[in-house]
Amino acid sequence: MNFMPSLRRHLVLLATPLLMLLVVLPAHAEVEFQKVTSPSGVEAWLVEDYSVPIIAIRFAFEGGSAQDPAGKEGLANLITALFDEGAGDLDSEAFQIKLDDAGAEMGFGADRETIYGSMRMLADQREEAFGLLKLAIEQPRFDQNPIDRMRAQLVSGIVASAQNPATTAQRLWNEALFGTHPYARSTDGTVETLNSITADDLRAFHTAVFARENLHVGIVGAIDAETAAAVLDQLFGALPEKPTLTPVPDTAPLLGQDLHVEYALPQTNIYMAYPGVSRSEPDFFAAYLMNEILGGGSVLSRLTDEVREKRGLTYNISTSLINQRHSNSLMLGTATRADRAEETLGVIEDVIAKMAAEGPTEAELASVKKYVIGSYALNELSSSSAIASTLVGLQLRGLGIDYLSERTDLINAVTVDDVKAVAAKLLETKPTIMLLGPKVEPAAAPATTP
Amino acid sequence: MSTGAWAQDAETGPDIANFTLENGLEVVVIPDHRAPIVTHMVWYKVGSADEPPGKSGIAHFLEHLMFKGTERHPAGEMERAIAEIGGEGNAFTTNDVTAYFQTVSPDALPAMMDFEADRMRGLVLSEEVIGAERDVVLEERRMRVEGSPQALLTEETSATLYQNHPYRIPTIGWMHEIEQLNRTDALDFYHRYYAPNNAVLVIAGDVDADTVRALAETTYAKVPRGPDLPARIRPSEPEHNTSRTVTLKDPRVGIPSFATGWVVPNYRTAEPGEAEALDLLAEILGGGTRSRFYQQIVVKDGIATAAGANYDGGAYDPSSFTLYGLPQGDHTLADVEAEVSAQLELLIKDGVTTAELESAKMRFVRSLIFARDRQSSMANIYGSRLANGSTIADITEWPDRIRAVTPEQVQAVAAKYLNPALSVTGYLLPSENGAK
Repeated sequence: MNFMPSLRRHLVLLATPLLMLLVVLPAHAEVEFQKVTSPSGVEAWLVEDYSVPIIAIRFAFEGGSAQDPAGKEGLANLITALFDEGAGDLDSEAFQIKLDDAGAEMGFGADRETIYGSMRMLADQREEAFGLLKLAIEQPRFDQNPIDRMRAQLVSGIVASAQNPATTAQRLWNEALFGTHPYARSTDGTVETLNSITADDLRAFHTAVFARENLHVGIVGAIDAETAAAVLDQLFGALPEKPTLTPVPDTAPLLGQDLHVEYALPQTNIYMAYPGVSRSEPDFFAAYLMNEILGGGSVLSRLTDEVREKRGLTYNISTSLINQRHSNSLMLGTATRADRAEETLGVIEDVIAKMAAEGPTEAELASVKKYVIGSYALNELSSSSAIASTLVGLQLRGLGIDYLSERTDLINAVTVDDVKAVAAKLLETKPTIMLLGPKVEPAAAPATTP
Repeated sequence: MSTGAWAQDAETGPDIANFTLENGLEVVVIPDHRAPIVTHMVWYKVGSADEPPGKSGIAHFLEHLMFKGTERHPAGEMERAIAEIGGEGNAFTTNDVTAYFQTVSPDALPAMMDFEADRMRGLVLSEEVIGAERDVVLEERRMRVEGSPQALLTEETSATLYQNHPYRIPTIGWMHEIEQLNRTDALDFYHRYYAPNNAVLVIAGDVDADTVRALAETTYAKVPRGPDLPARIRPSEPEHNTSRTVTLKDPRVGIPSFATGWVVPNYRTAEPGEAEALDLLAEILGGGTRSRFYQQIVVKDGIATAAGANYDGGAYDPSSFTLYGLPQGDHTLADVEAEVSAQLELLIKDGVTTAELESAKMRFVRSLIFARDRQSSMANIYGSRLANGSTIADITEWPDRIRAVTPEQVQAVAAKYLNPALSVTGYLLPSENGAK
């Protein structure tokens, strides 16, 4: 039963220190990013740390499910289920037994833009583990038996969720926003498209995407730079230099639509889409802070205060600034009881209109800056795997190894006027709104409020 | 960066400190200097299974209300202070415990300890915060339970599996009882259970034990001890003499599934070695891709999409061992259920091999080492086990106890506890007519 922390809007600065202390705390640990280049030129970012005897590696190849050929949707997703199902001269069972004996956990996944892989191992079994990872990356087998088994599991997942209104809602939402762009297509595929995928399709995808030029690597744990460099060549040295990716056009979500989907559910779900801001635009950080104040991850959110805390209309309401490689948007999501959905939508629209017209207060902006600067370490550096993921994420976004320190300066430079300008630019646009829920009966007095 | 200054054995883990304040608060410190982060958690030894009859959901509702402020720190001040230093805070309630936690940079730890100590006895609840927060909880129930056929079935299956023990009651509460919860209920529960002598403080992260001890003296140590609580004895299960089924048909369900459960002992209540054997039994039967279910039913026979086993050995009272599965392609749910039963019967009859037991032990112990990579996982393991009556030694000796399990013990617990004639099975089925 996780609890979404609450928040009061009044920005009272604390008048007195929280606690007088005579104790001096020790200096903080530092997380240091190093750049490592292998003898043959493969690059990675490394965080060396010996306090837990494990090593985590994560890597990403640009080119995810947006690369699925038309009619073969679900290919990227299927291929990621097959890397631990046999490689080199090891069939599926032999590979998994060796992996288990090596004390390692291997994972692969896909999103629209990326195929990523990761491995977590005990440091003293590093050589066996990396040996298996090398095989998986270079020589996956794509035997028919595991293909059929993994396909059956994915098909089962599609059938299992086919009747779920959330699935329908997601499909309608993507189609409404992205029309015929690859972003409108399902990353999972359909029963038909999955059934059409052959071992040759998988091999072609592997050859096209697994190359050194579109590769990003992060390594964290009990391993030094020299050893890490050697591992990079071992894992990736034999891959081709260049991928052969299909270009994906940039797009913007189609706004201004009103969609209603009727379904007998205990709550009405409300989805809204506004324009977004790309990472390369000068007002990106202003938009980022505006989103946090409006409905972001911190408790300093106006929407949480107005919709949840003051009125008890929802358990959870949030907005997110979505940055995909080819499209940007600002999305809102919440759910409330059906007979109060219109009221909830009204409150949301009032909060958004006020932000568009007036922007944030000085105090709100100051608070949220502290929050987003401080929370970075908590969210991005909480485990070896999280750090490895952060290292790869920064590289995928084209950011430098000094980003951690630059980010603070970029955030601190944002002014109230910057946020106000970006709020007006984004939020004065008519959004696309989708309501998913039961037919609304004539309003009755709320039964549960005394 | 720590480079082995407090080098540790791969298995025993970090150098953990454990002490108790004069007011009865047990404190655990788990050093982890990899990043400038500290996790601060207070675990109260009270959960939904301790609720008075008719007041289901009060433990969880109080958890929400704990954010409504004290005399020294009005509502919102704590969350604002956490957010302003970039921290995260949250709380959760289970059958057995209620925990509050923050993840912050180490220099904010004193403030977190001050806030948490302050609301341990100092909660102020005005009548006006009750209604809106109860509506939030009702929306939470609609979202988590009413909105999910799987959650609805799980709730009903638990209510059938436990005939007398309060684990039959959902932690969030029954809808009609949540609607009636009030301020008096919340305060009664709070005054009874929220006190240092009914709590465990866990601090994991970039801090040392001496610092924590000094900080605890200026914060938690000043909270007065509460009344001694009587022994925590809940209504217990009678002998189970039947097999029962619970069926939910829902238009949102696309593929049928089943889950069969038994009430079994746990680490606190089992005979020595039995809980460890049950953990390894779950691993061998259905703990992942090396398990018997996966290898036989999913890979070799191709009958199931998934089939697995779960054991919850960490609860305070005897909890459940569960087997589950769902069919692949044109195979029926009955086929999967029959295969799962056949695998269980085979194991009861012939036992397990030394090789598969050793492999299961290795995976289990490895997962304990991997858990050390996430500070919050470590805090969760120590907090939940200690709040449920275990000692530090129970946790540090866990790998050795797992290694000591014999094939005979695994076979014995399967035969003793997993009698198919005395189980409860929940079926989640599509509606005959598909979507309504």
